[in-house]
Amino acid sequence: MSNLMVEEKDVVVPGEILAQGMDFVPAQGCLRENDKIIASQLGLVNLSGRLIKVIQLSGRYIPKKGDVVIGKVVDIGFSGWRVDISWAFEANLSMKEASSDFIDKKTDLTQYYTYGDIIAAQITYIFGSKIIDLTMKGPGLRKLKGGRIISITPSKVPRVIGKQGSMISMIKEKTGCRIIVGQNGLVWIQGDDSEKMLLAVDTIYKIEEEAHLSGLTDRIKSFLEDRNGSSKKN
Amino acid sequence: MAQAKKTERPDGRKLNETREMEAKVGIIKRADGSAMFRMGKTIAYAAVYGPRELFPGFMQNPEKGILRCNYDMMSFSVTERKRPGPSRRGVEISLVTKNALGPAVNLDQFANTVVDIFIIITQADAGTRCAGITAASMALADAGIPMKDLVSAVSVGKVNGRIALDLVKEEEDLDGTTDIPCAIMSRNNEITLLQLDGDISEAELIEAVELAKEGCHKIYEIQKEALKEKYKEIKNE
Repeated sequence: MSNLMVEEKDVVVPGEILAQGMDFVPAQGCLRENDKIIASQLGLVNLSGRLIKVIQLSGRYIPKKGDVVIGKVVDIGFSGWRVDISWAFEANLSMKEASSDFIDKKTDLTQYYTYGDIIAAQITYIFGSKIIDLTMKGPGLRKLKGGRIISITPSKVPRVIGKQGSMISMIKEKTGCRIIVGQNGLVWIQGDDSEKMLLAVDTIYKIEEEAHLSGLTDRIKSFLEDRNGSSKKN
Repeated sequence: MAQAKKTERPDGRKLNETREMEAKVGIIKRADGSAMFRMGKTIAYAAVYGPRELFPGFMQNPEKGILRCNYDMMSFSVTERKRPGPSRRGVEISLVTKNALGPAVNLDQFANTVVDIFIIITQADAGTRCAGITAASMALADAGIPMKDLVSAVSVGKVNGRIALDLVKEEEDLDGTTDIPCAIMSRNNEITLLQLDGDISEAELIEAVELAKEGCHKIYEIQKEALKEKYKEIKNE
């Protein structure tokens, strides 16, 4: 006989017993201790069938394979670049993965990316915490020229993106800015109009602040419309 | 009458009663995780940074991340001014705090990194290392560090021949007082810190530890409540 001690979307603390009995399976953020499943992290309970998961609510960015991140080129080696992705260690972008065109060995690598360049890249491989490989081959992955970068809490990134990108496409549409949200909490924004850019920045900060409140999409929509309307009058 | 007066505690508490407690989470904005814990007049603040790159490099462990702890008292926290900076006592308490929290945290997925804990005591009235451990454990949870359980700590002791929970400075300074700081992971009653200063018999020690467990369960509830308080609104979605 198994029984579940928590409900969906409950906030749990580390060490809290989530379920008893062998009918449930611990997933990310949980572990099994004898016949109990306990939370190993502060977070929200997510139940899907027999799986129990705890979704992280706070803390630093932890790289995961497949994440699109925004990084800064900090070093150039013989065969690639070192990129700061706001994790304890720098990620590696090899020559092969850096561009869709073939880069000859003798090329001066600064032609492609130089110190201080901001790039959007995807994580392809992680081993331990020191070895992280990036790729620039993929849709939307490129060097980011101009614009500005803001930093938000990594755990709020899913809210900024929204379901199937609904939130971010709404912001893009209403402000006319180009926006890339990195899973590491960095957001790149570029627009032709500085006022529109400022609106996009304000909106993203507002989402971060109110991420936990209900009716977020509607509120952001009216916020964007209000601000858009007032700027037109002036 | 005189006899009854003697065993009464300075603040009129019962022997198995803790002081009034208060806990807050997420008070230091720039830290990855932070917490405050107050126990009577003892106040401890804890900030957690990391996982981040560990320097010096030779200390890096390629198998798992390490925990680093720094305990300090503010110079104004005690009646007589405390000389600022690390002291022999501070180094010892940093070490025992690290060892008390070590069994609870799991840093396997953060190889080569460090999680730094800074504990600052702004007001001291005995039991500072216990308040520090309690606050640090909340701060670690707030920083999203994987943990087996929260660690709660309390001091027990023998005052005037009676086993009492959560001593204050006045009791600690009495002649013949035994002070036993205790840190416990509540779910399985695992003891992660047990220090002893003074004389005590075996039977009394067992009694004292049992009392500490009882006290830690109460502290655990407060820690849990404080952590949930910060994220309460999320559930109402």
